[in-house]
This record gives sequence, structure tokens and C-alpha cells, in this order.
Amino acid sequence: MSVIIDRRLNDRKKSAANRERFMRRYKAHIKRAVTDMVAERSITDMERGGRVDIPVRDIAEPSFQHGQDGDRETVFTGNRSFEAGDRIERPDGQGQGRGKGSAGGKGDGEDSFAFTLSREEFMQIFFDDLQLPRLVRNVVGEIKDHRWQRAGFTQQGAPTNLAVARSMRNALGRRIALTASARKALADKEAVLAANEAATVGEAPAEAAEHEREMLQDEIRELRRRVGRVPFLDELDLRYRHRVQVPRPASRAVMFCLMDVSASMDERKKDLAKRFFTLLYLFLTRKYEKVEVVFIRHTDDAEEVDEQKFFRDPKTGGTIVHTALALMRDIITERFPPAQWNIYGAQASDGDAFGADPEKSRGLLEEQLMPMMRHYAYVEVPDMGSRLSTLGAAYRRIEHPHFAMRQVHDRGDIYPVFRALFSEKATT
Amino acid sequence: MGDQAMYGHHPGEREGGELLSTGSDWSFELIEKYDAAIRDVAVGEFGLDCYPNQIEVIASEQMLDAYATTGLPIGYPHWSFGKSFIGHEHAYKTGMRGLAYEIVINSDPCISYLMEENTMPLQALVIAHACYGHNSFFKGNYLFRQWTAADAIVDYMVFARNYVLQCEERYGQEAVEQVLDAAHALMDYGVSRYNRPKKLSAQAEAERMRSRAEHEWQRWDPLWAATVPAKARAEAGPASTPYPPEPEENLLYFVEKHSPRLAPWEKELVRIVRKVAQYFYPQGQTKVMNEGWATFWHYTILNRLYDKGQVDDGFMLEVLQSHTNVVTQRGFDEPGYGGLNPYALGFAMFTDLRRICENPDDEDRHWFPDFAGTDWKPVLDFAMRNFKDESFIAQYLSPKLIREFRLFAIADNSDEDALLVDSIHNEAGYQRVRKLLAQQHDRDGRLPDIQVVRYDRDGDRSLTLRHRRFRKRGLAADYADVLRHLQRLWGFTVRLETQDENGRIVQAEEVKTPTSAVARVRV
Repeated sequence: MSVIIDRRLNDRKKSAANRERFMRRYKAHIKRAVTDMVAERSITDMERGGRVDIPVRDIAEPSFQHGQDGDRETVFTGNRSFEAGDRIERPDGQGQGRGKGSAGGKGDGEDSFAFTLSREEFMQIFFDDLQLPRLVRNVVGEIKDHRWQRAGFTQQGAPTNLAVARSMRNALGRRIALTASARKALADKEAVLAANEAATVGEAPAEAAEHEREMLQDEIRELRRRVGRVPFLDELDLRYRHRVQVPRPASRAVMFCLMDVSASMDERKKDLAKRFFTLLYLFLTRKYEKVEVVFIRHTDDAEEVDEQKFFRDPKTGGTIVHTALALMRDIITERFPPAQWNIYGAQASDGDAFGADPEKSRGLLEEQLMPMMRHYAYVEVPDMGSRLSTLGAAYRRIEHPHFAMRQVHDRGDIYPVFRALFSEKATT
Repeated sequence: MGDQAMYGHHPGEREGGELLSTGSDWSFELIEKYDAAIRDVAVGEFGLDCYPNQIEVIASEQMLDAYATTGLPIGYPHWSFGKSFIGHEHAYKTGMRGLAYEIVINSDPCISYLMEENTMPLQALVIAHACYGHNSFFKGNYLFRQWTAADAIVDYMVFARNYVLQCEERYGQEAVEQVLDAAHALMDYGVSRYNRPKKLSAQAEAERMRSRAEHEWQRWDPLWAATVPAKARAEAGPASTPYPPEPEENLLYFVEKHSPRLAPWEKELVRIVRKVAQYFYPQGQTKVMNEGWATFWHYTILNRLYDKGQVDDGFMLEVLQSHTNVVTQRGFDEPGYGGLNPYALGFAMFTDLRRICENPDDEDRHWFPDFAGTDWKPVLDFAMRNFKDESFIAQYLSPKLIREFRLFAIADNSDEDALLVDSIHNEAGYQRVRKLLAQQHDRDGRLPDIQVVRYDRDGDRSLTLRHRRFRKRGLAADYADVLRHLQRLWGFTVRLETQDENGRIVQAEEVKTPTSAVARVRV
């Protein structure tokens, strides 16, 4: 007789461990592939898996095999017109090939071992050795927030936490358990008594029967008392909902995107800025449970807008940077108290600023905003020349461990800049 | 190519049996019903001798898992299995390759995996193919009987897995991986063809290992190690007698027994790889026969069910469609040609054997006088039990099949500047084509002949391998990596000599450390 077993519910990820070993072993290859993908891909499209090709020879498991040289015969199928003794040109590129290449059609250059990285794996490698600055301290060290969490039931507690249904269930169980034998005896006796009475209906009760009946009635009374003595609700039955306080790391982050949208910011610059913002956003979403984004654009005055407007809507006007910083400060005070939010700022500008504005902005940023920030990154997207702008010059004097600035000239610069921004801070 | 109608089933009168089911949905009750009906035919009518069956229904991801460990239900952890898993997974997910309908394990009870995505007719096909076809082959074929222990393999793999995990915990993943990598490189050389292995037993393995550790422990003598000068020790042995006395073809065995460097646990890992290699040794040599046998039987059994009226036309259509896909053989110049399809060749050969028995013509009587016109069942049974691909083809490939497959041989000689058509499917070529095709399925011809010829026990402890070159065929380029792996296991210099066709040593190379290049040395 055959045994038939349904294994579909068994573990399906048996190979996950071996897969992981493979990935670890060829990490260098995979990282290189990811870096290539990053360079090619649009960043809004970044968050998905990707195909990795590793040259077969790099991962080959060697073994002793015959080479292609020497003499051999090979049998094939499907002869159409060959006769014994015919001579056939060697197929090109196969050198001393066995002829298999001609038929197998496998000769498409270097073979590669292709496989697919899942989105998670891709992102994991993408962010691999970036450390979010001061994150550890924030999550583990400075927990300021707690929340209550259910933790089953206890036998002691405040009356408000009484779990009524649970208590009654216990009481019922206890009553059944404690009175079971008495009730059974009671039922038996009552049945005997009833039978007894039925048998003697109409007859003058004999004395012995009378006596027996009284005995029974006594016993019944005693049993009823026993049942009655078991309390309806006992101290033992009571259960209280148990709640414990668990620390909650501040797992929320808000990211401020500040951008100069004055006329001098052309599409190319906006595009660079967008990529930088996206990258930061991706990075934060990976580290925090919840990430809010606030877009602030400014010309000569600042306003909070949605993403669409932020990147698309044209606006004309001059450039006054500090209005944006002031707006950011107001929004933080109003909506994102620093004790509960990890605040990140990213500012993109071509650096054009005039008069007192750069100095004023620097003061506002350094004195009022920086103390509240986890990190603030300023990315300058200059015109083709790379001389430091007026705003950049002012910002450069900010000396704060969580402040970083860089110039970005084209797409290829963004990723390294981004890495540099964070990896260098990780050591502080 | 290969017109199926030629091997076609010739239905007799259909009997008015009761249909087992209709439609494509399967259920566990139906699988049980079909299994019983198939067993009635396979065992009851045709007398197949099988291990008990254990049929397991799995999902497609689990099938991928099963692929990765080459079909064993359990394997020790190693990155190469991850690689094979990733490869299969990628091919499957990108639609380049479908999954096999089944995997069957040479174990007792015989475990077969059925995929849940299959329809009922496919499940029935798989049951007939794997649970009765492959199963009876595993139980009957001499190679499997000699080389594998169906009742012990699953236990042994559990032991192996636990042992590897334990070693990883104690000595680190990397150390274990190095040994396994190196042993895997020599996996093809882990079999002693002329010594049958002892029966496998997980319990005996554990016991043997314990005593090995104990022996090491007792033998350790700190006084000896600390006081007797190394030189004196080296001289203490008898003056160099050549060792091994006879060349040793089982490189893994030699390493396990004699490596001067490996710790006992490392030797144990080598042994595990060797045992796994041994388990798979018959499979590589019986692909044509094994698949042909299983295909022949699913075809025969299911047609019998149809004749008995137990399955309907829809069922047979689906079965035949899958069957035809499996036994398709393309010509060398057709797209999708991937060499000889073992299913096609094996199925055609067994079917042809039956034909020769039942319905021989003059040619058959001339070529196969021993059995043409006799009862087919004993003839097929004998063939299944006593041959491997090479000898099976050499013995049974008929001229008729050579014509049908239009087989031809191409000679590729290094001193000719063109390929030569050696022989084709004609009277002059039958014997030659058959011989060459048989050779092509011979393991000894596929693997270079490399053996241990010298272990310099009393000198520098170097190990010398000899490659006996055959028909000027050299080694593929990655032999250097294999030598380095071997060096890692051996711990001392490893040398490779090449002996030409006339018995002269024409070249010698050596590797001194696991990372150094292979250096030519004077012969």
C-alpha cells in the first residue's frame, strides 16, 4: 500500500540558507552589479529588485574534465544528407570544437549566471554600509516614548481592569469541578426518593419505608447544602487584564525637502535635486517605520507645497533662502516636536543668494535649526562652473557634526555624495 | 523526428471498466484510487518489483528546493546548493524553463514528489512513471543494488547534515566550506569501481567516528612529539617503499585515509562527500535506461488503464501530449537540439525490444537471435537488471532505431583540419554507430583517467597523480583549480604527471600551496 502525504504545508524556504550563503560568497560581484544598476536606473524606480549577472567562470566549481583537444567521435541525430567519409568544415570560433557548438547554438560569447535579486535584497545591498548617523543613540539610548501593550492576564489588578468574561469562565469551571460529585450523588438520591414515593402512592407507608425516606431526605438536604456552599464567584477566579509598558523607539522621522525654485534653477538642477531627495527618502524609509515628507519651496518667499507642485510648478521671483528656513522652523515647532520625531533636512539650491540673505540663513540654520536636527544636508547644484556660491560660502562656516554639504554636477555624482554624507558622519 | 505512431500502442477491445474519474481536478482520495489501479496493472499484471511507495504532494517552491539538493530530501548546507537553487529559480521565474512533474528518490520506501499544480492525468502519469517505473528500476538494476543503500540513504543524509552543522559550529563556516569545496572538486573521483562499498548505516557511521576520535586521542603522545627530533622521526620509517603499491583511482578515499594534514573532522567531511558521490554514481550511468524504463512503463500502464475502461479519452489525450513532449528528439540541425534525449532513446529502445520480441522481422532475427520472438516481459526485465547505458546500447540498439533516429557519427581529429563523417545509418555503419554511441555513454570515457601513483611518505610527503592521456585529449583549463583544491586537502606538494599514449611521462606540474600557480617541473 502506498503512503500518500500532503507536504504542501511544510517549510517552503529550505534553500533560503544556502541561497544566502551563495550571496555572501559572491557579495563583491553582487555589489558591483548593484552599483551598476544604481548608475543606470532612475531613482524613483530604484526600489525594486534587479537582475544580476555573474560570469560563469567566476562561480564555476572546477573538476577534472577533458579539454577540447585530441581525437574523438560524437554521435548525433537527424542525419539528412551526410555519407560516411564526407568532410565538414569546422564551425568557426570553436577551434578544435566538438561540433557541438555548431548544433547546440550555445556560442553566444561569455556565459553568465543570471539571477534575480528581490527588492529587499537589492535595497539591503544598496544601503549596505551606510549608517544612519546617531540613529543607534536615538533608538536605544534615549527612549522618551512608551506605550502600553497587552500582556495576558494576572490575578491581581485594579477593578477597572477586571476581565469579566475570563473571571466568570474560571468561576464556572471551578463550580463545576467542585460540585460535580455532590450533584451526581444528589441526582441519584432524588431519583431513588422519587421511585420510592411513586411505589408507595396510596399505601400507608410502612415504618421502615418512612424511615428510609427521611434518611434520604436528610441526605438530599445535606447534599444541597454542600452544593450551595460553593461560592458563585471566588477570589481565585478573578482575572485582570495585564498591561505592560514597553519602550517605543522614536521610529518616526520627518524629512524636510527645501528647494530653491527661482528661475535660475533649471530642469537639470531640479532633476539632480529630486534624485538626491529620493535617495534620502528611500534611506529613511528603510530605517524608520514611518517617514513624513514636507516640501518647502522658495523664491523670494517660502511655501509648503505637495510633491507635484514642488517639482513641476514653475514660479518666478528672486531668491531669499532664509524665508524657507524660517518656515521650516515654524512647521517643526508646530507639528514635529523634536523629542518625538527624528528630523532630517535636505536642501538643494544653485547657491545664488544676495545681500544679507546668505549670512542670515546661516545664522538661522546654525543657531535655531541644527540643534533640532538629526542631520542636515545641503546639496549645491551649481551651473557648469564649480566655484563655491555665496550661499555655499556662508554655509561652509557652519561647524556642526550633523551638517554636511556637497556640490553635485551630474547624476553619477549623487550616489557617491550620498554615501559620503552618511558614512563620514557614522564615525562621529 | 521519430514517428511516435511507430511505437504506438495498438489498442485491443476496450473493456467496460468503471471510470476512475473525469476532469482534471485531483484530490487525495483520487490519488489513492489511481495509485491502486496503477499498482494493479504494474505489479499485478506486469509483475514489476517495487519498493513500497511514499507519495508526497508538494508545492512548486518546494520542488525548487528539491532540485537544489539534486533530489535528496535533505542535504548538508553548502553555497553550491544555493547556487543551483538560484539558477533553477531564475530559470523558472523568468519562464525559461518549467519544472519537472516529479522527482523520485532512490530510497526505501521510495519517495516521489508530486506537484500540486499538476492535473489528475498528470499525477497519474507521474505515479506510473516514478512510483512504479523508476521505483522498480532502483530496486532491480545491478548498479543501484551494488552502489546504493536505499534503506539507509535518508538516515545517512540526516547524519551528514547534522555533522556538517556541528563542524560549522565548532570550527567555523569558512573552514568547513573550504574542505567541502575542495572535496566537491574531486567528487567525480570518489568511487572505487572495483570495490563494492559496504552497506551504509548512519549508526555505524557515528560509531566509527567516535572510535576514530578516540584513536587519535590515544595515539597522541606529547613526549614523543616534544622530544624525538623531527629528522629522526623521518628517518625512522623503512627506506622508501613506493606507496601506494597499486595506483588508486579513488582520490577522495586516498585523501581521507592518507592526508597528512587533515584533522579527523575534515576527513569525515571528505568521507561524506565521497558517500554522496557514491550514491549518485549509478544515476549518471543509467540515465537512458532509467528514464526509458520509467517512460516505457507509464506509457504501457496508462494505456492498459485506458483499455480496461478506467480512464477516458480526455485523460489519454492529456497524457499523450505530455508523453510526446517528453520523448521528442530533435535533429542536430533543428532549433532546440540539446544532444540525445535520454527519454526518447530509452523509451524507443525498450519499446523496440518489446517489438522485437512480439513482432520480429528478418533483420531482428539476424541481429537478436537470442530473444527475437520470445516472451517480452522476461527480456525487458533482464535488460533492466543487468545493464548500464553503455552496455545496454551496445547490446540492444537495433538497426531499425539507428535508422529512425538517423544517427551518424562525426570524427574530430586534432591533426585534420576538417571534421569527418565517420559512419551513418547504413549497413556498413550500424555496428560502428552503435559502438560509438555506447562509448559516448561510458563514464570511463567521459572522465579523464587520473589516479594517485605515489605518496612520498618518507620524504617530502608530496602526492603524485598521473593522468593517462587517451587519444591526445588534454585536460580542461580548470584542472589547475582542482589541483589547488587537492593541495589544500593534502597539505603538501601535489604533482600531476601526464602520461602519453605510449606510456611515457611527457609533462609534470606541481602546486605547493592552495593559492600558488601550477608550475611546470622537470619530468
